Order: sequence, then structure tokens, then C-alpha cells
Amino acid sequence: MNEDTNVTTAAQPQPHHRENDFAEQHHVYEPHLVGLPPLGQYLREAWRRRSFAQELARTKLRAQNFNTVFGQLWLVLNPLLLAAVYFILIDIIRGGGRDEDFFAHLMAGIFAYYFVSGAVRNGTKSVVSGGRLILNTAFPRVLLPVSAVIIAFKRFVPTVVVYVPAHLALGLPVGPEQLWVIPLVALLVLMATGLAMIVAALQVYFRDLKNLMPYLLRAWLYSSPVLYYAHEMPERYRFLLDINPMGQMLAAWSGVINQAQAPTSHQLLVAAAWAFGFLLIGFFYFVSRERDFAVRL
Amino acid sequence: MISLSASSAPSIVVRDVSVTYKTTLERRPTLRNALTRMGRREKVVREVEAVKNVSFDVPSGTVLGVVGANGAGKSTLVRAIAGILPPTEGRIDVFGRVSTLLALGVGFNRSLTGRDNVRLGGLAAGLDRDKLEEKYDEIVEFAELGEFMDMPMRTYSSGMYGRLAFSVAVNMDPDILLIDEAMSVGDARFRRKSANRMRELCSQAHTIVLVSHALGSIRELCDQAIWMDHGVLRMWDEPEAVVDAYTEFLEVGQDAVTLEDV
Repeated sequence: MNEDTNVTTAAQPQPHHRENDFAEQHHVYEPHLVGLPPLGQYLREAWRRRSFAQELARTKLRAQNFNTVFGQLWLVLNPLLLAAVYFILIDIIRGGGRDEDFFAHLMAGIFAYYFVSGAVRNGTKSVVSGGRLILNTAFPRVLLPVSAVIIAFKRFVPTVVVYVPAHLALGLPVGPEQLWVIPLVALLVLMATGLAMIVAALQVYFRDLKNLMPYLLRAWLYSSPVLYYAHEMPERYRFLLDINPMGQMLAAWSGVINQAQAPTSHQLLVAAAWAFGFLLIGFFYFVSRERDFAVRL
Repeated sequence: MISLSASSAPSIVVRDVSVTYKTTLERRPTLRNALTRMGRREKVVREVEAVKNVSFDVPSGTVLGVVGANGAGKSTLVRAIAGILPPTEGRIDVFGRVSTLLALGVGFNRSLTGRDNVRLGGLAAGLDRDKLEEKYDEIVEFAELGEFMDMPMRTYSSGMYGRLAFSVAVNMDPDILLIDEAMSVGDARFRRKSANRMRELCSQAHTIVLVSHALGSIRELCDQAIWMDHGVLRMWDEPEAVVDAYTEFLEVGQDAVTLEDV
């Protein structure tokens, strides 16, 4: 079916209107093969309209007072306070055995976790809240969850800036191994994008999913090596590190950021497998359900 | 079925198109309901055959009217042409840039301002930023919304919504304009203004598909018309003939009410 489309498009005469530069299109709408639109064309269109995702993120951030001093301050204060609360809680539970290094670990972990969970929470609402736009305009719907990830990422960046002085003040090691943070952030972004797509599509079918998300996300935080070090996990819970999509990723994250240690190949492999796995599953699931959105909203 | 001779190249070619989709009978589908339903084998998903094996062309520069009862598949057909709901069978070719004005209009996010909604709607539709900036003033001027453009759309009246939607659709310089039930927006004055603008667009070389219950405007504005009935194309002919046949079918006679608006 795909090939047929391409052949016919090439054979047809060029569109006769040429008075402006958007008049170039010849659209062909045909049944989707196993529920998927022609992917090359889909991705090209999504890329061409990327400014929509950026603008949507910017507009929503503006509505959330992201651009004001206090808005920025709140973004940083919120996870910082949370880290402080968790630090005290855990220190009490452990009988006062935690040092300052652990606070840096908590900060780094909570910031990363908040990026992913923020993307998932924004993503849940992204398609359902695009109601009229989806009913009225043909555009690649993946731009909606992608925009949710952009929002979460823009909120994540200032928290990284706060971490740096804390790290230096605590006298933690600095080294070239910390450059591993770049591929790790990339993996976090891929995973967040995949997850956002999955929940965005699921929310269309199950409107109570967004009420369920806080519980799922909390359980995810507790089973991730954020409130504890990965190496402290008892043997019988170690399997959680591999099963938890963020387990090895956050273990590597803490090592790289706090201790300037390069991640192990096992950590990288598991983290990358989860990230790419979610991205692929999320993308294909989302795109295969996309036609439905216009009749289900 | 009468095939009208196409004098110029077609803008829209619809060939053997059927559109089916599944929809839920639940008002608000939830995971909870899905789980409690599992044991009971209750069916809540219904398949709708909205359009069945329809073929027609719209030559470039033609205004095509679409008439039919509620639920006849008119809106689904227009959505399929717009690429919002791709067909399940057949093929649709559309030559040129499409602007849609479907029943629900712009303003997808009511907490954002009119300006943001117009900008985001335009970007989603594939316009580039500069072009949008250029068109923006025309849109605002035509919609006569003034300072309301910088207020959240939840503060708008439904007439203002309609005016903005109409203004966006007609000011985007589309090659093809798809309009669904949107003729009567705003107050009497704006209605006259939009009717004038429609006439202007019709007389220019635009291709327009106009879905309306206002048979008067179908008659006045259109060059051709089709009549949809239960998803099937009943008739494709001159607007006079189609409107006559349709009204006769409805057995209401052509009184002023049907001609004006229902």
C-alpha cells in the first residue's frame, strides 16, 4: 500500500496552485496498513511542525509562571525541600547514620526522577486536553506528548544548575567521568518520551488513569535507588534494579554525578535497553491508536 | 448517479471511500469500568459505518455543498477529506493546502488566550511562524475581537468563539476550504459579513466544501451539491436539483424555515 502511494504521487501532475509556499502539497489519504500511517511521511510531517511542540510547551510554561523569578525559584525550591525532607526522614530511620554525600545523591536522584515523572504526568493529559485541535486539524499527534516532555525538560534544567554549587560545597569529586551525564540524560529523555506517548494514548481509553498515576509514580520512586544507594540494596531485592526501568539508570546516574565514576557496561546496557524499548513501544502504540483519537475525544 | 463534467483539474478526488470507526458507548470510559465489566461480556464498543463506498470529485474552483440529515456521514466525510479521519477503504486525493472550519472551531485550550490559540492552531496546521505573524492582524481585524485576543478563551461567548474560528479559517489563504455547519456564527451583522466573505471566496478560484443545513446558502453559494443519506451518496448534481430532491424527501416542503436555517 505504501509503495502504491509513492508511485502514484510521483506519476500525478504537480499541484496547479503555486501562489504560496504551502500550496505544494498533494495529500493522499488511504487506509492505514495495520493501523499505521506511512511512517516516513509521518515523521517528516512531525519534524516540519516541530515548532508547534516547542510553542505549545512555551505557552504552557508561560501560563505556569515559568518565566518569572518566583516561578523559577519555586521550581528549584520544591525538589530541594523534598530532598531535605527525605534526608531527615531517612536519617531518622537509619539512626543518624547518613553523611552529607547522601544529600547530594538524594538531590541528583530526585531531580532525575522528577523529570521523568513530570513528563509522564504532563503526557497523560496531553492528548485529552488537545480536544478541539485534534477534532479540527490533521497533524501528527505525537507532537502533543513530545511537547509534554519538552515542558518537563525545561523545568529540569534549572535544577541541574542548583546541583552544581551543592556538589562543590560538599567537596565531592570532579572529573571527566562526569561527562557520562550527557548520554544518561539522553536516555532519560528517550524513556520519558516513550512513556509519555504510552500514557497519553491510554488516557484516551481510560480517563481515570490520571488519578492512578500518582500511586504508580510513587511506587516507582520507592523502588528506585533514589532514597537509598543501589549497592545498599539487600541481595533479595537486587532484581528490582534490572526490572525497574529506571533502576540501573539511576544507579549509574548517582555514580557518575556524585562520585565521578564511569557507569558499568551492565548499567548502560540495561538502561539503554529500557529507554529504547519504551521509545519504540510508545511510538508504535501511540501512532497505531492515533486515528481513534478524533472519534474518542 | 449523475456525473458532472469536470472542466478543470480536480482539487479533491474521492474514490470508493468508506469510513468506519469504533466508538465507545460509555460517557467517560474508565479503567475501573473496564475491569468491573470484564466478567460480564458486556459490549460497550460500537462500530460505526459512517461513510459507505462514496465517490465524487471536486473540480478546482468549485463550491460543493453537502446536505443530509443528522448522522448521514457528512461530517465524517469532511473529516476524511481533511485527513483527520483517514478512510478505511478507498482513496482520497487532495491537491493543495486545506483549511478546515469544522463544527467545533478553534480554541482547543480555554485557559490560553485567543492569540495563543490562533498561533498554536496555525502551527499545528503546518503554517510557518512568519506567515502566521503576517496573517495575525487580518484575523483579529476580521473577527472584531480587539483586546479580547489577549484574554483567556474561557471568557469568550460562543459567538466570539465562532467568529474567531471563521476568521482563522478564511484568512489563512487556503486552496481548499472545508466548512462544516459554521455559517451562522455571531450576531446578525457578523453573519452578513461572513456571508459576504464566503461569497468573495466562492467567486475567487477557491475550492470549497460546505456542509450546511441552511439550504438557502447551499443554493446560493454552491456550484454543485451532494446529498448524503445513511453514509451513502444519494445524489450528486446541480444544487437546485439536489436541494429540491432532498426537501421533497424530507416531505417538509420548502418553507422559509428550512431555507433559512434549522
